[in-house]
Amino acid sequence: MKFVAEINVMPQKEILDPQGKAVKLGLHNLGIDSVDNVRIGKHITLEVEAESQKAAEEQVEIACKKLLANIIMEEFSFVVTAV
Amino acid sequence: MKFGVVVFPGSNCDDDTIGVLEAMGQEAIKLWHKDTDLQGADFLILPGGFSYGDYLRSGAIARFSPIMDKVIEHASNGGYLMGICNGFQVLVEAGLLPGVLLRNDKQKFISKNIYLKTQSTNSLLTNGLDTEKAYKIPIAHAEGRYFADEATLKQLNDNNQVLFRYCDENAEITEASNPNGSLENIAGICNAGRNVFGLMPHPERAADPLLSNTDGLEILKQLISSEVLA
Repeated sequence: MKFVAEINVMPQKEILDPQGKAVKLGLHNLGIDSVDNVRIGKHITLEVEAESQKAAEEQVEIACKKLLANIIMEEFSFVVTAV
Repeated sequence: MKFGVVVFPGSNCDDDTIGVLEAMGQEAIKLWHKDTDLQGADFLILPGGFSYGDYLRSGAIARFSPIMDKVIEHASNGGYLMGICNGFQVLVEAGLLPGVLLRNDKQKFISKNIYLKTQSTNSLLTNGLDTEKAYKIPIAHAEGRYFADEATLKQLNDNNQVLFRYCDENAEITEASNPNGSLENIAGICNAGRNVFGLMPHPERAADPLLSNTDGLEILKQLISSEVLA
């Protein structure tokens, strides 16, 4: 079976995200003053061939832990759906 | 001592590194990242550059190059290993050195001379260095903001694993002399076994009198003389 994973990788909350800070400033300069706590991460999609939903999720979990996210500075979440 | 400089796709300081080592009369060879033979090298260097275009995170993909299994094995057996700039990023990604290197606090790629103060002379890399001197060495990176959690930082300080901190030209460690927002001005560290070194500044780029700065050569020269003594 083929599955698609939608993965979000975000900088950990306690780590300064200068990119998000700069973008917040840009939004404020645009006049959108109501926004705060802008944080920027990565969205990754990938296809995975697996026998079950559970097996697919396990593969994605390993991929995230080993390469897609660095868990010292980032956290990740994902949704796996069959296609 | 035989030096092996690992070349990843996108490495760009491999020739500088080999050039300096050869100028000091050392044997230095290049090791292609797809090889799995260290060819008898006893001191490995991961050079600066932009391995794999810095895709995903700097050093994250190079960490899984075929040669890395051998590099990790070499280091685990106590073999010497040093990462400069991108090489340092590869070493933290590989878990051979603690912490991470985040995007610079000012978001920009920084290429300029900075000053380094030696924090511990208890390592092959810093053994003969003057702890009162400000060494002028260039940096060139966008992801050099050293970060580690509190427990790791404490361990680094307790074990004297911080080898270099950014300082000003009078060797004062100040906030203003921290170019990239690194935690406690950390510019270079070693592992607990003191055989793996990582630093963001480029000593190999300050090693030729023609470039009017040889502070980097001083660091590399003493590395070789301490090895001879050891």
